[in-house]
Amino acid sequence: MTDPLVIFDLLLAASVVALAVAVLGVRDLFAAIVLFVIFGLLSALSWVRLSAPDVALAEAAIGTGVTGALLLKTLHHLRFVSGTLDQQAALSVTPLLPVPGAVIWANAAFCGLITLGLAAAFLGAPQAGPGFDPLVADAMPQSGVEHPVTGVLLNFRAYDTLMEVVVLLAAVIAVWQIERGMSDAPAPVMGEVWQGFARLALPAIVVVGTYLLWVGAEAPGGAFQGGAVLAAVGLLLLLTRAYVPRPAHRGIARGAFVLGTGAFAAVALLVAGGGRVAFEYPPEHAKSLILLIEGLVTISIAITLAALFHGREPVALSTQGGRNDT
Amino acid sequence: MLELVAASLIGLGAVFFIAGTVGLLRFPDIFCRLHALTKADGLGLALVALGVALLSGSMGDAFRIGLIWFFVAVASATCSHLIARYARASGEAVSDD
Amino acid sequence: MTPDLIYGFTGVAVFAIGLVGALCAQDRLRRVLALKLCSVGAGFMLVVGAWREPPAAPDPVPHALVITGIVVMVSATAVALALIRRLQSLEAEDDR
Repeated sequence: MTDPLVIFDLLLAASVVALAVAVLGVRDLFAAIVLFVIFGLLSALSWVRLSAPDVALAEAAIGTGVTGALLLKTLHHLRFVSGTLDQQAALSVTPLLPVPGAVIWANAAFCGLITLGLAAAFLGAPQAGPGFDPLVADAMPQSGVEHPVTGVLLNFRAYDTLMEVVVLLAAVIAVWQIERGMSDAPAPVMGEVWQGFARLALPAIVVVGTYLLWVGAEAPGGAFQGGAVLAAVGLLLLLTRAYVPRPAHRGIARGAFVLGTGAFAAVALLVAGGGRVAFEYPPEHAKSLILLIEGLVTISIAITLAALFHGREPVALSTQGGRNDT
Repeated sequence: MLELVAASLIGLGAVFFIAGTVGLLRFPDIFCRLHALTKADGLGLALVALGVALLSGSMGDAFRIGLIWFFVAVASATCSHLIARYARASGEAVSDD
Repeated sequence: MTPDLIYGFTGVAVFAIGLVGALCAQDRLRRVLALKLCSVGAGFMLVVGAWREPPAAPDPVPHALVITGIVVMVSATAVALALIRRLQSLEAEDDR
């Protein structure tokens, strides 16, 4: 009588929680990052079980893939700076200080209270309660796309998505400022098998990223997932040294960073007027406008994420990521 | 009939994954463990993908599953190579037994 | 036992683990990891809230919110990691 899927759910949930504990408990930082990547992929799998494939794709591509690359790059840099690059395990990068017991107990009590409150709120919340689904279902015909999540992201709540692209822009500006004048860790030597793999994977990743962007109008996918996959092209180009950022490319990079935000805001403002407010696309052009915005935002996201991976602004020797992203 | 074939293929794939996991846990050094893992990845995933492709019912889906198998196989081979290369470069010991 | 109950408690547990880690971990990189765990836990709660018994389609608005959250989190992580790299470089220079 027990549904086998319930057993699967329980096992999956248990491994997600166990991995979360392991991420914080394991002593080697490299192992912690690898466990974190596995944790991210398994939570993406649980979100597929909760019928949220878009979220799962975004988590797998951005929350796990790109974030994992950022974390590994940072670990490499920290080991280089602290001179532990050749050691198998760098246990921690900051010296550990003894903590008074009272502080630990206060923290534990605080965390316990918050967790109890959260669990109580979760149990008290109405199940499958009134949501936005009827509203969204009613408005879908006017949105210009067939997939509800894309409709919400790029039409009904487009101002949210615009702010999200602005946050990415702000992040890349902040990273360039913070890393100004810092020296780079030497790139690891990866060998010729890796070079061959990159050559094989590059065109395929471009096709997959573009497909994800295109299919977003009627099925799970979209600008953020496609952009993250295309950012992998930038990462491969940077890691294989096929593309070495030069200072002369800074102008192009800056242009690419603001392209998404600029185009999004421009379209939003241009459709205003004639009795419409900003972001209110005329229904007959909605699909083409959404595809235009999504395409430009995807290019922008891909280049911004690659630049975030590269870190430092290109000065004299090197910097910034995947200009050839599309 | 088709479902039975698919189910046995997926089951056989799962056996390979279990064998690979046992190898990962039991084998003495990193190179043996990689050897066990690549078997699970290569053959296990191929069998599971074949079973799922039989069940998917449409050529388009089967083609996509095939592509996924191909890229996972290539990526896992590359990863194993990188791990082994790093282990050898940093002087990881090979156990004798 | 429905999926929303199972994964709802997973979300609460992951959030709690992340919170403990963010407060108690001394290593900077691990603290960033703990905050990432918190964000995934919050994502779990929203996705669970959007879930409906299978024939019905889930609520798309929380899904869009979680996607936004994931992108915001990667931006925040990138800035935090850049700050860590800078701090570590400055400390290494001081030691020399």
